[in-house]
Amino acid sequence: MTTKTAEASPALELTSVAKSFGSVIALSDGELRLESGSIHALVGENGAGKSTLVKIIAGLYRADRGEYRLDGRVVDFHTTAQAKEAGVAVIYQEPTLFPDLTVAENIFIGRQPRGRLGLIDRSAMRAQSRELFAQLGVPIDPDRLAEGLSIADQQIIEIAKAISMDAQVLIMDEPTAALSGTEVDRLFAVARSLRDNGAAILFISHRFDEVFELCDHITVMRDGEYIATHRTDETTVETMVREMVGRDIAQLFPKTAATIGDVVLRVKDLRRAGVFTDVNFDVRAGEIVAFAGLVGAGRTEIARAIFGIDSYDAGSVEMLGSALPAGNPTAAIDAGIGFVPEDRRKQGLVLELTVGRNATLTLRHLLARFGLISGAREREKAEEWTTKLQVKGSLDAEAATLSGGNQQKVVLAKWLATEPRLLIVDEPTRGIDIGTKAEVHRLLSDLAGRGIAIIMISSELPEVLGMADRVIVVREGRIVAQLDRDEATPETVMRAATSVTKEAS
Amino acid sequence: MTTTVHHERRSIADHARAVLRLRELPVAVALVGLIVITATLNPRFLTPQSTKDLLLNATIVLILAVGQAIVIITRNVDLSVGSILGLSGFLTGTLFATVPGIPIPVVFLAGIALGTLLGAINGLLVTLAGVPALVITLGTLYVYRGINNAWAGGREYFSGDRPQEFGDLSVDTLLGFPIITLIALAVLAILAVVLGSTRSGRDFYAIGSDPTAATLFGIPVRRRVLTAFLINGGLAGLGGVLYASRFSSVGATTGTGIELDVVAAAVVGGVAIFGGSGTVVGAAIGAVLLTTITSSLTALRVDKFWQQAVVGVLILAAIIIDRVASNRTARRLRVSEARND
Repeated sequence: MTTKTAEASPALELTSVAKSFGSVIALSDGELRLESGSIHALVGENGAGKSTLVKIIAGLYRADRGEYRLDGRVVDFHTTAQAKEAGVAVIYQEPTLFPDLTVAENIFIGRQPRGRLGLIDRSAMRAQSRELFAQLGVPIDPDRLAEGLSIADQQIIEIAKAISMDAQVLIMDEPTAALSGTEVDRLFAVARSLRDNGAAILFISHRFDEVFELCDHITVMRDGEYIATHRTDETTVETMVREMVGRDIAQLFPKTAATIGDVVLRVKDLRRAGVFTDVNFDVRAGEIVAFAGLVGAGRTEIARAIFGIDSYDAGSVEMLGSALPAGNPTAAIDAGIGFVPEDRRKQGLVLELTVGRNATLTLRHLLARFGLISGAREREKAEEWTTKLQVKGSLDAEAATLSGGNQQKVVLAKWLATEPRLLIVDEPTRGIDIGTKAEVHRLLSDLAGRGIAIIMISSELPEVLGMADRVIVVREGRIVAQLDRDEATPETVMRAATSVTKEAS
Repeated sequence: MTTTVHHERRSIADHARAVLRLRELPVAVALVGLIVITATLNPRFLTPQSTKDLLLNATIVLILAVGQAIVIITRNVDLSVGSILGLSGFLTGTLFATVPGIPIPVVFLAGIALGTLLGAINGLLVTLAGVPALVITLGTLYVYRGINNAWAGGREYFSGDRPQEFGDLSVDTLLGFPIITLIALAVLAILAVVLGSTRSGRDFYAIGSDPTAATLFGIPVRRRVLTAFLINGGLAGLGGVLYASRFSSVGATTGTGIELDVVAAAVVGGVAIFGGSGTVVGAAIGAVLLTTITSSLTALRVDKFWQQAVVGVLILAAIIIDRVASNRTARRLRVSEARND
């Protein structure tokens, strides 16, 4: 596509790269071509395969097939150390610093300058760190511990690390997700000066304004596949969004109309410093409200605060007209809230217990007589709900042995047995095969039909659009849009979730 | 050039601040305070003979605490050190008794080699099986002790079975320090340099600080963790040999329960139980503090029960101080980020 450096080999080139984990295909056909002295954007929805691609570049995963070339030579990295050796530096979404080591040591770990007797020369290390920070124009004390540094400073340290390694290829995986406006500007200035010095930079971001401001080329991925590469000056946000979403909303979502009743949950001015602010919304009986947004936007955190797992600094949560105390999940359960967490294996189930035991975990108080739980009563209750939800397998099977979809049903059964008025489900169909997915959707739809209010957090756009009566879009800890079913389209939701309106705080 | 001057000037202030931030500082202050107070109340506490006894008592725990510190820094733990010490001590007794005229250095090497081997078993189990070190070494604690029991049966070797020069290592002094204490201090000095100033030494800290990041970063995590267990095993082996020199008998139960003193010494000396920070010097001071406290409470005629309680309070204090400090940092981080918004 680009012809200007046709004769020189690109700094990095991936062709037909694929990677799967068991039966899950994370990346089916990745293509990427980074030129020296250029900044290249990689965009795509959550789950499009960007992170997998990055991990292959970093040497953390090995591709199942396809070719990976650096400077024209085929490479095959088994460890991140090898990739680093070859001049590839990766700055992950979550900076990977060692909190107990000093800043200087974080930059040079494993490559510390050595003096006499092969011992580490700390003053040289300090001096080189200062030099790097002077070059980057940031005043960070090389002697302080990394613990407690802001995310922005941690990223600068990662960049300093990359510069000191003389990296030819620099991958930045959503570096701006946690940065403020001035910090983003500073990061961009650094990135541009690296580009001008000949580095090839890959910039992954969900914010289109940043992509268009910073990058020379854009590659779009969708569902683990390469879609297209454009020159930034020859494309538009609209094209980009279409290519990212570009699929028909399948008829997977048997959403049935439900009568919407009274307000069940009212959240007012909820705030947790550094996590979310100004969260205001209602959920009504029989309504499915979807929380859309990018991973890390703060959706799960808001749900956890409502349910009382995490505390909050200000605001209030009202359930059926009465205030819920902060930080008290038991009170939330008593008030009629159920919470199906995202990570069902870790947080939703006790994997070592049987299906029956798991299904009745929330009912222990009801089932107990004189403090003892009767096995027969427990079984009876467990049977009632697991049959209704068509959980496959015996009540005595260990929860760990079930498929993802069936595990999710057990978690749902556990909460439905408490007869909740509000159910919060976080990524209800993640990692579930397509057939069971539809079943889970039908179930949620039924529950809404019976007057249960549902908050559904989902990163899958089709699921959001197919299921929700109302879509609340969260970005960087704030609610940025509330869209009714007929207003919600892939474009409106994606745009709200990704664009940055420079607001004064 | 002005920058250099500026740099020098700042680094003096930085040094002062760095000293105040040292994790060893509280325990060192506590040790000095303890000695001063006890010596004031009971002048006989610091006679040359009792000083020597203090050092001798501290030596073995000190060596083990230094090894344990390295393992803990990598976010692991080795509970089997008491059993390793027992086996190595019994090997020492057996060698002297059954191989007349065996050179003392050979016995040292044999004890260290046995300890290293047992440490290697721990390390391999931890790195390959991926089971927490706490569980693995709790298992090998019993296995090694069982082997010791089977081997020794009711047999014990006494100091009479060993050459005079070997026992003299715990009697003779150089500049007031018993020879075995000097051996321990030499080991301490070497390891302090290795951990503080070599690339692989710093890797131990990185691994304990954030194992996932260490893997991402390409640090050879398994190899380093295995090395930590090797060093620790070797030191426990050395401890066993020194034990045979210091104490009159070695048998099936030698070293039973010492692992808890050792872990306590490391923790009191500022080695964070979750890894990533602390130094071997701190662990050594912790060992001296714990052994001295027992002697000084005895010198002050404090009841035996209270002596143990005081040790317990020290451990709790060390952990609570650590926890409070890190909670405070976490909170500061969250608030300062919120402000950046």
